[in-house]
Amino acid sequence: MNIQNKVVEASQVSVLDEMFSDIKPALTERQASYESSRCYYCYDAPCVKACPSDINIPSFIASIHNGDIEGAAETIYSENILGGSCSRVCPTEILCEQACVRNKEAECSPVLIGLLQRHATDNAQFADHPFERAPSTGKTIAVVGAGPAGLSCAHRLALLGHNVEIFEAQSKAGGLNEYGIAKYKLTDNFAQKEIDFILEVGGITLHTNKALGKDIHLEELTEKFDAVFLGIGLQGVRDLGIENEDKPGIYNAVDFISELRQAETADQLVVPEKSAVVIGAGNTAIDMACQLKRLGTEEVTLVYRRGTEDMSATKHEQQIAKDHEVRIKTWSRPEALLFDEDDKLTGIRFQKTETVDGKLIDTDEQFDVPCEAVFKAVGQTLTYPASEPTTPDSGSKITTAENFKTSIEKVYAGGDCTGVGEDLTVEAVQQGKLAAIAIDEQLKTEGN
Amino acid sequence: MADLSIDFVGIKSPNPFWLASAPPTDKAYNVERAFEAGWGGVVWKTLGEDPAAVNVSSRYSAIYDSYGEVSGFNNIELITDRSLEVNLREIEAVKKSWPDRALVVSLMVPCEEQAWKTIVKEVEKTGADGLELNFGCPHGMPERGMGAAVGQVPEYVEQVARWCKMYCKMPVIVKLTPNITDIRFPARAAKRGGADAVSLINTINSITGIDLDNMVARPIVDGKSTHGGYCGPAVKPIALSMTSEIARDPETMGLPISGIGGISNWRDAAEFISLGAGCVQVCTAAMIYGFRIVEEMKTGLANWMDSKGFETIEDFRGLAVPNTTDWKYLNMNYKVVASIDEDKCIGCGRCYIGCEDTSHQAIDLKPQADGTNKFEIIEEECVGCNLCQITCPVDDCITMERRDVGQPYMNWTQDPRNPHREVTEESTHEA
Ligand SMILES: Cc1cc2nc3c(=O)[nH]c(=O)nc-3n(C[C@H](O)[C@H](O)[C@H](O)COP(=O)(O)OP(=O)(O)OC[C@H]3O[C@@H](n4cnc5c(N)ncnc54)[C@H](O)[C@@H]3O)c2cc1C
Ligand SMILES: Cc1cc2nc3c(=O)[nH]c(=O)nc-3n(C[C@H](O)[C@H](O)[C@H](O)COP(=O)(O)O)c2cc1C
Ligand code: SF4
Ligand code: SF4
Ligand code: SF4
Repeated sequence: MNIQNKVVEASQVSVLDEMFSDIKPALTERQASYESSRCYYCYDAPCVKACPSDINIPSFIASIHNGDIEGAAETIYSENILGGSCSRVCPTEILCEQACVRNKEAECSPVLIGLLQRHATDNAQFADHPFERAPSTGKTIAVVGAGPAGLSCAHRLALLGHNVEIFEAQSKAGGLNEYGIAKYKLTDNFAQKEIDFILEVGGITLHTNKALGKDIHLEELTEKFDAVFLGIGLQGVRDLGIENEDKPGIYNAVDFISELRQAETADQLVVPEKSAVVIGAGNTAIDMACQLKRLGTEEVTLVYRRGTEDMSATKHEQQIAKDHEVRIKTWSRPEALLFDEDDKLTGIRFQKTETVDGKLIDTDEQFDVPCEAVFKAVGQTLTYPASEPTTPDSGSKITTAENFKTSIEKVYAGGDCTGVGEDLTVEAVQQGKLAAIAIDEQLKTEGN
Repeated sequence: MADLSIDFVGIKSPNPFWLASAPPTDKAYNVERAFEAGWGGVVWKTLGEDPAAVNVSSRYSAIYDSYGEVSGFNNIELITDRSLEVNLREIEAVKKSWPDRALVVSLMVPCEEQAWKTIVKEVEKTGADGLELNFGCPHGMPERGMGAAVGQVPEYVEQVARWCKMYCKMPVIVKLTPNITDIRFPARAAKRGGADAVSLINTINSITGIDLDNMVARPIVDGKSTHGGYCGPAVKPIALSMTSEIARDPETMGLPISGIGGISNWRDAAEFISLGAGCVQVCTAAMIYGFRIVEEMKTGLANWMDSKGFETIEDFRGLAVPNTTDWKYLNMNYKVVASIDEDKCIGCGRCYIGCEDTSHQAIDLKPQADGTNKFEIIEEECVGCNLCQITCPVDDCITMERRDVGQPYMNWTQDPRNPHREVTEESTHEA
């Protein structure tokens, strides 16, 4: 068993897949061997402290170096069962690799931890799932949402001997790994292969097309199951706050990316031919702009109301945008959407901004950018099902106490839907895992 | 510019870099290429009696450092597999075309007077500059009573050296095997037999590794293997130590030495020369990188000599010998302690865990508010062992600093803690 081995047949590789080839290609064996020899095998290693999922990095790199790829993969998976996708999507430049001590010398060149992690998880060959479940506890836990948080939680619970039922609103599991992450980061249907691998542990039943608030309700879940974990992510999208946002030509970036991720051929997508504007400053905005470029949009302009230093997209991500020849305009806020007499979008007007005493204010300058489409990428929000008992502060995000407990008895939460940590895949994995451990401990004390 | 030329037991050579007797010096074609590349001399691949030796297929294996470079090399080849007559003809021709280069001929024949008498006379006719007696080959040949089988018995070494000196006028160099408990014994024997010089080391008995899938050592010959001879960078420390033993043994002191073993660059060569070697021989490095490496060796050595003000090889030859002594003469009152340069420290923690787990618990790990660690030496606990300095991956980050203990030189023979000391406490104080 090997995640990568389940590759699609060559004939199935569509033009679309070619357009979205791997942005960070895998290391060859020789490169991995060389790169692994660069690791100093630090004690109390800074990189481990910087990995949100606590992977023992020097240990797995040493295993690669010693030719034990399976051992390396086991070390990774023991802390992060989505280590394969994390190795591809983690912004390593602000996580493990930023902390690597080899950054500090004159060489300023960290060990390529993410790529080594990918090397191990891609190439490990396991006869069976690498982990064995603890003896059955007889308990069953409901996990709502099959994104990274839910999957990680379910896997850990299964390992600890519990049975798990996952309820997922969409027709496919994976969450943003399936519907949101840029297509050039997770290629070859990786999300689904990884889910197959995770479920191989046993004891997990996946129910798709089952939405909380519609098909299932918390009340019955808490009654039927020994505990409930909510990992429902962020389903809402923030608006620009200007008029006519609901008119044709104005799209949510995440919706477009989701369609792109599910499309089999390019003609299933409506791609602006000449020019598009993307508004936002995070990774979603960058991903959106770059993917449009790859789809053939001639002119893509990314506009942000503050400066590049303030963008939440990392320097590395900004560089990727530049490499894709995306135009970045800063200090400009959307003022009005422009339409012709047939109500067809013709462009967007921006108001220049500046900061005075730390406050963002308008200058007296405005400018128009003609475009066929505007993509909004100014943030996602929680849309907690209105029918369900609310948790305090559920207006913005689910609040959890320590141990990922919500205010509702037996209900835990983790991942993007909570206010804990940054909204990153690896964070979601860690929170799902920690919540599973907390649930297990709780059930054990109750059992006594 | 420094003068690299040497006169080694009467053999002149434009530089001290010779190729050791091995495949690089197997035939005229290789040797001509070596001289064209700039090598000062060669020791021709060992000649034997006809019929010539026959080799097996699959002959070498290696161990590698973490970057994949060869650090140790192993071979199971025998002496030349070409006829004596062809070799002698080529030697004569090459010497004629390259009169300014050293051409020494390596020999190995059975341990009988007649055999040695015949071959040395043949070689002398070629005009070669000298002989090297191969008493070192550790694989294959000893099974036939030659090579290391001779080199391991000092009486044989002495005897063969004496025959060779008796039947020819050429300088005779005895090549020593390291596969022996105390290298001084065969060296003394060579000197007693009248040898002009010794060369060392030949290869060390070795198995470089096991093919764990097939449960057989490397190199593999049809599913079986045999121990080979080890050479390359990994053997240099052993060769240096043996060189120093001979250089400072009262019985062999002053006996010319040709240094061999793991020499890959000018620095390695300078180290052998500082321990008394009059010339150096190279095999593995040339086999891995080709003859062109001699270019950087020559310029590197000359530049270093210029920087130190040494005009000739003799100016620095043997300078490290007097500083290589017995343990018992080391100064017990010398004290160094580790010191960490905080600005250079990258926080890898290796010094800490090495000292904490395996040494003297002399480094303190201080967690900082920002999640990083700071490392500090606890001077009272530090014994000055150098371990942290060795494990630290940053150049000059950990230095060993001298601490004045206010006591004069005192060695173990004088140390009051030594129950068998040779001098009384009083006499130490007086000294
Ligand atoms: C466009 C985009 C690009 C990103 N790129 C990166 C990146 O490169 N690197 C990185 O580290 N992070 C990236 N992120 C962030 C990362 O994807 C998230 O942090 C991560 O997916 C969070 O996992 P989660 O399980 O908490 O939520 P999600 O992945 O959102 O999963 C939630 C799951 O719950 C399901 N669900 C929702 N509501 C219900 C309901 N009512 N009933 C049942 N199921 C429900 C959803 O269908 C979904 O499957 C990106 C995010 C976006 C939007
Ligand atoms: C393949 C091979 C064959 C060798 N054959 C001989 C030989 O015929 N005669 C000899 O005296 N030494 C022989 N040697 C030993 C070398 O001359 C030399 O002593 C040894 O390799 C150490 O030097 P190095 O570390 O530079 O390789 C051989 C070495 C190798 C690698
Ligand atoms: S999970 Fe992400 S942050 Fe952690 S080590 Fe792997 S690549 Fe780095
Ligand atoms: S910080 Fe860098 S060198 Fe140290 S263990 Fe981590 S990856 Fe290796
Ligand atoms: S080994 Fe060197 S770099 Fe590493 S912590 Fe110690 S002093 Fe610092």
